[in-house]
Amino acid sequence: MLKVKDLNVYYGGIHAIKGISLEVEEGQIVTLIGANGAGKTTILRTISGLNKGKSGTITFKNTEIQTMPAQEIMAMGISQVPEGRRIFPAMSVLENLQLGAYRRKDRAGIKNDMERVFDKFPRLLERIKQQAGTLSGGEQQMLAMGRALMSRPKLLLLDEPSMGLAPLFVQAIFSTIKELNQEGTTILLVEQNAHMALSIAHQAYVLETGRIVLSGDAKELASSPEISEAYLGGTIGH
Amino acid sequence: MAEFLQQLINGISLGSVYALVALGYTMVYGIVRLINFAHGDVYMVGAFAGYFAIKTFKLPFFAALVAAMAVCAILGVIMERIAYKPLRNAPRVAALMTAVGLSMFYQNFTIYRIGAQPKAFPKIAQVNWQFAGVTVSNSQVLILGTAIALMIILHFVVQHTKMGKAMRAVSQDRDAAMLMGINVDNTISFTFAIGSALAAAGGVLVGQYYGVVQPLMGALPGLKAFVAAVLGGIGIIPGAMIGGLILGVAEAGVSAVGFSTYRDAVAFGILILILIVKPAGILGKNVREKV
Repeated sequence: MLKVKDLNVYYGGIHAIKGISLEVEEGQIVTLIGANGAGKTTILRTISGLNKGKSGTITFKNTEIQTMPAQEIMAMGISQVPEGRRIFPAMSVLENLQLGAYRRKDRAGIKNDMERVFDKFPRLLERIKQQAGTLSGGEQQMLAMGRALMSRPKLLLLDEPSMGLAPLFVQAIFSTIKELNQEGTTILLVEQNAHMALSIAHQAYVLETGRIVLSGDAKELASSPEISEAYLGGTIGH
Repeated sequence: MAEFLQQLINGISLGSVYALVALGYTMVYGIVRLINFAHGDVYMVGAFAGYFAIKTFKLPFFAALVAAMAVCAILGVIMERIAYKPLRNAPRVAALMTAVGLSMFYQNFTIYRIGAQPKAFPKIAQVNWQFAGVTVSNSQVLILGTAIALMIILHFVVQHTKMGKAMRAVSQDRDAAMLMGINVDNTISFTFAIGSALAAAGGVLVGQYYGVVQPLMGALPGLKAFVAAVLGGIGIIPGAMIGGLILGVAEAGVSAVGFSTYRDAVAFGILILILIVKPAGILGKNVREKV
């Protein structure tokens, strides 16, 4: 569904992404794990068209998307829940959700999807008129996810959905991700919480300073000694 | 008492023009964080467009008003595309200097093409109404009525249309707006178009009120409208309306008590005061810059 090939991205003079290739198959959850500054967010931003790569290709459903402006990439069916949630703080919950459906014209479908979002996150319905900036962190994460779902994406990019959330919310967010995937949404999940990410993903890539150092089946990676040592707080000091 | 009411009415009608012009400042600032110092000159171009629409094309007043707004909307879009868009990621001072340069360009180009001499703007037939010792002219009513109508339309557009939501989204978080599939370039163009059209309306209204238009007429009202925008809280639409009205009333009040020489100083006195007391403006919240 999504193929990234030999992607290089620079931030000014800094070579942030060094020739990365990865693939997301339809129907899967693929996770990208790695420490702070490894380049995870940069990859998602480049897929969404917010950053432009210097070389390499990104194809979505066999169309090269790297030359397209961000709003057209979104219209093709790639939606992103960005790092730090990035909801529109001075707008109501309802308006935030409406903006998620900005490119859609099918009123009935939008209404249906809004109900679907409220089914998943009843808390948002309770706060529908409230300014989004006054929501708690967990609620803002729900709103950011709900907003992304309003575009009915084929591929959902999630950037650190668990960041800064209470453990209870983290559990809830991850089970929602799993549920969305079972309902047919393909997911590319970026996480620092490697343990949680690997437990729900099918495939995983491990990123270190702009390079992919390991990749494969998520369950296998979860039990590999390198991973448990570096990312799962495993056998340090052996 | 009657004197007080009279000055209040004069102040409000003058202030509603400041408010119209201030709206353009504040909307543009809200979306691209730029103080468009050429905005006052767009107001001047609007006044001239109205003048030619009436004089040359024999349009009735309201048709001329709409025509001037359309001319300036287009001018605003072209100005943004040519002068500001290439500087969007440049240091902010570059865009600011460009704005000052544009302002001089508009003024001198108009002098060069049309001449520096003031032109008599065709006035509508003057009617005065008197009650309780207060005189209200039809052109004051025209200013206030038009300004209020335009502000109601603006409020509707910003709050309830798709484009208005896109404008607010872009001004709150440009990257997130792009992720919603919003075309940021078009949204910014639209904002310049609306702001410039409102300035043009202000120009035409003032043209018919004072009965004169000239190439430098935008400089001072432009600066005062900027003060009004800062007073209300730059980037905040209702703030521009409040700021404009306060400024108009303050100016009329100062003239009324016999200090009309200091009329123009009032605006800048207010600017200094607000920057000392509450730099975020009346409706602004103090936001600490996050690192």
